[in-house]
Amino acid sequence: MSETNTHFRNVNENPCNMCMPMGGILALKGIEKTMVIIHGSQGCSTYMRRHISEHFNEPVDVASSSLNEKGTVYGGEENLKKGLDNLRKVYHPDFIGILTTCLAETIGEDIERIAQEYVRERDLSQDLVVAVPTPGYGGTHTEGYFLTIRRIVAKLAKKTQKHSRINVIIPNISPADIRELKRILSLMDIGYILLPDFSDTLDAPYSRLYRKIPEGGTPLAHIKAMSGAMATVELGITVDDSLSAGKYLEDEYGVPLYRLPLPMGIENTDLFLKTLGEITGKGVPKVLELERGRLLDSMIDSHKYNFQGRCAVFGETELVYAISTTCLENGIFPAVIATGSRNERLGALLAKSLQEGGSNYVLLNDTDFAHIREQCKIMKVNLAIGSSEGRYLTEREGIPLVRVGFPVHDQVGGQRILSLGYQGTMAFLDRITNTLLDNKHQNYRSSLYRKYFVG
Amino acid sequence: MLDLAIEERKDFVYTKSKQRKALKCDTDSISGAVSQRACVYCGARVVLNPITDAVHLVHGSIGCASYTWDIRGSLSSGSELYRNSFSTDLKEQDVIFGGEKKLTKAIEELVQKYRPRLVFVYSTCVVGVIGDDLEAVCRAMAAKHNIEIIPVQSSGFVGNKSMGYRAACDSLLRLIEPRRGQKIVKRKNCLNLMGDFNLAGETWIIKEYLNRMGLALNVAFTGDAKYETLKTATQASLNIVQCAGSMMYLAKKFEEKYGTPFLRVSFVGIEDTVESLRRIAKAINDQEVYEKTEELIAVEMEKTIPVIQEYGKALQGKKAAVYVGGGFKAISLIKQFKELGIEVVMIGTQTGGPEDYAAINDLVEEGTVILDDANPAEIERFTLEKGAHLLVGGVKERPLAYKLGLAFIDHNHDRKHPLCGFDGAVNFAREVYSTVCSPVWKYV
Ligand code: SF4
Ligand code: SF4
Repeated sequence: MSETNTHFRNVNENPCNMCMPMGGILALKGIEKTMVIIHGSQGCSTYMRRHISEHFNEPVDVASSSLNEKGTVYGGEENLKKGLDNLRKVYHPDFIGILTTCLAETIGEDIERIAQEYVRERDLSQDLVVAVPTPGYGGTHTEGYFLTIRRIVAKLAKKTQKHSRINVIIPNISPADIRELKRILSLMDIGYILLPDFSDTLDAPYSRLYRKIPEGGTPLAHIKAMSGAMATVELGITVDDSLSAGKYLEDEYGVPLYRLPLPMGIENTDLFLKTLGEITGKGVPKVLELERGRLLDSMIDSHKYNFQGRCAVFGETELVYAISTTCLENGIFPAVIATGSRNERLGALLAKSLQEGGSNYVLLNDTDFAHIREQCKIMKVNLAIGSSEGRYLTEREGIPLVRVGFPVHDQVGGQRILSLGYQGTMAFLDRITNTLLDNKHQNYRSSLYRKYFVG
Repeated sequence: MLDLAIEERKDFVYTKSKQRKALKCDTDSISGAVSQRACVYCGARVVLNPITDAVHLVHGSIGCASYTWDIRGSLSSGSELYRNSFSTDLKEQDVIFGGEKKLTKAIEELVQKYRPRLVFVYSTCVVGVIGDDLEAVCRAMAAKHNIEIIPVQSSGFVGNKSMGYRAACDSLLRLIEPRRGQKIVKRKNCLNLMGDFNLAGETWIIKEYLNRMGLALNVAFTGDAKYETLKTATQASLNIVQCAGSMMYLAKKFEEKYGTPFLRVSFVGIEDTVESLRRIAKAINDQEVYEKTEELIAVEMEKTIPVIQEYGKALQGKKAAVYVGGGFKAISLIKQFKELGIEVVMIGTQTGGPEDYAAINDLVEEGTVILDDANPAEIERFTLEKGAHLLVGGVKERPLAYKLGLAFIDHNHDRKHPLCGFDGAVNFAREVYSTVCSPVWKYV
């Protein structure tokens, strides 16, 4: 085994991550009646909107304070306030997130102060605006995502009466996966506050009436009440304490925190259900037991095919962890594990199971696709699992790609990819197995012919 | 005047009527208005990225490079180097202490690995603020490795996308400048094409037309361009300019410096294609070329017109809304829709200039809404108010159109089929038909 940090390099060649405000947008899109403004020049917000739009196939409106040269030299305060005025006129949001960019941070904008001044000057509720510093150079979209959630909770949660719901804080997963989590919680008859919930806002059903801010998202009233929950389940074992909203709720309001991996694969899903049971005293309903049985059945059906798989897993840390462990459960060896984040936890968490896997692996931290490609060659990887950017590995090295994560922009349905829970795991594994089978079917006649007939 | 939620936007939108009005355009976007525009860097990258054998290095934080990795459909007949996204990936430390050292090392690394003869270094917002001396770093590294390393001044905040076009043109001018003492020999019947990016092979289509007319394409700016061929740019005897928004500046400077005349053309739609081919022939002023051109037009029209008429039958009377990047495309699209019997009822651009809007105004019917730097709320409102059946736009507009129940045409840099020339006109008609007449609309 080896673990490499690639961040001493001088060139990033084909990035494996995006920048902080991108994650912030995604998180804010999961809050009811919310609008986002990016404090910086026009380009950043447009690029991010484009990227998000392509994945979800949904309109993604994000304002920009459109800083120009003057704003950059003399400060962008006026621009930002005017921007807030304008977006309120058009969108009438109940909540506004301000995110910064490299530019705003480098010129030293104090957005916290500007935000507070703004609501005071306009005589608005203190709770209308949250400001999150998200310089692009400060981290990847993953860090931006979690930091924004933490800031939203810190802004809105107020001391309240205890209640019997639980908080569920989720990483960046697909709307289909969010719906699956909600289905499981409902099946178990558990009241919950799920944050952030972009299962409707970024995957809205077609309807005749167009809404500038789509319906759905975690209600603001629910976020306020998170402080009174029975417990917080945060699907974020790789998340640093300073970015964890669950930790904040524990420290400030004494809400017990359970940090779990994404419920993907048998062990992780079992753990999720068991923990929910322990917190609430609710049992696992028959439906879910049947789903578990069916998953086991499919795992056995596919195990020999899966054994052929040596995969590269790349992307955001939570998903990378869950995919890697699910692969290991099924005899698919994750020989290259990679993330664009600088994350110390991921490697430590995976080390034991990977060593038990009995083969060499590399873990790439803060990496790019040039490194991933290199390692794929050395480690003889025959399957890539991650976002659309992995198509580069297919094109250059002929390694087939199973798309999961964000962004999926070269195929339709990124928002509908289901991978969580017993059912989602089964769907995920089928995609993996069928890709391996396709590969086999395409090649075995010619390779056997070459090997034994031609000799 | 139209009633808009954001007061300042009123000068950017009007409905065509008998009285002519000047539209405010080509200026900064309004804060909080949710503009669909990108930035200076985006404009520069659009123009330079199709140069296939160059290293395109983005100096800045990672995002700017992530969002622009291989997102455009420019094709190459050779090197694939341009499809990589290189970034100096500046971190907090670099922002505090300056990024020049990192940039130097980055260039060093890339030169070792890829041995390019040409490197573009794009500056982004953060670099513009911390004040790295790009020029000095590039000069030093160019001297050391004896290659060309050209800085592109594309910090996002110094203006809008058009500024990026200009920054790119400045870089190109630098690149094509002949060595001191080198004599410029103009080649007869040899043309440069400006403002075509070989999206889905469009440069190749135009090149084939020129060849059939007895002319040679010297180099395209910048579709499928290479270092070597760009170096011969000054040998052309005529520049034809398609995307004027991005390349007019280059064409004018070119004329100023090297005395090469230019001609505006457009290969979007049958009418403009035919007219452009004839104008080129006329400019060349050679009987043989003239005859060959007419022959080409006759052959192609015979193939194309019946197909387009067939699609047109199903499309008569439909209404279109157009929101695209540049002026030339918008103008040609109005005519192209007319060929299909479709009226344009709303039209706008991200970067059009006053002449573009004047031309648009002359082409559209009364009642058409014309707008600059539109936002989603305005597109939503005017497509619905005007009863449009389809919208032409880019990636960000597509889901909006679909949510509004409108047909949609991708006219962006990431498309995978050509929309220029005669083949392109057929593709366009088919695309319009496929989306407007799709059975799915019966169910919504
Ligand atoms: S890295 Fe910085 S400048 Fe670039 S897109 Fe992200 S926030 Fe904007
Ligand atoms: S940082 Fe500047 S250059 Fe980069 S995307 Fe944003 S606006 Fe454009």
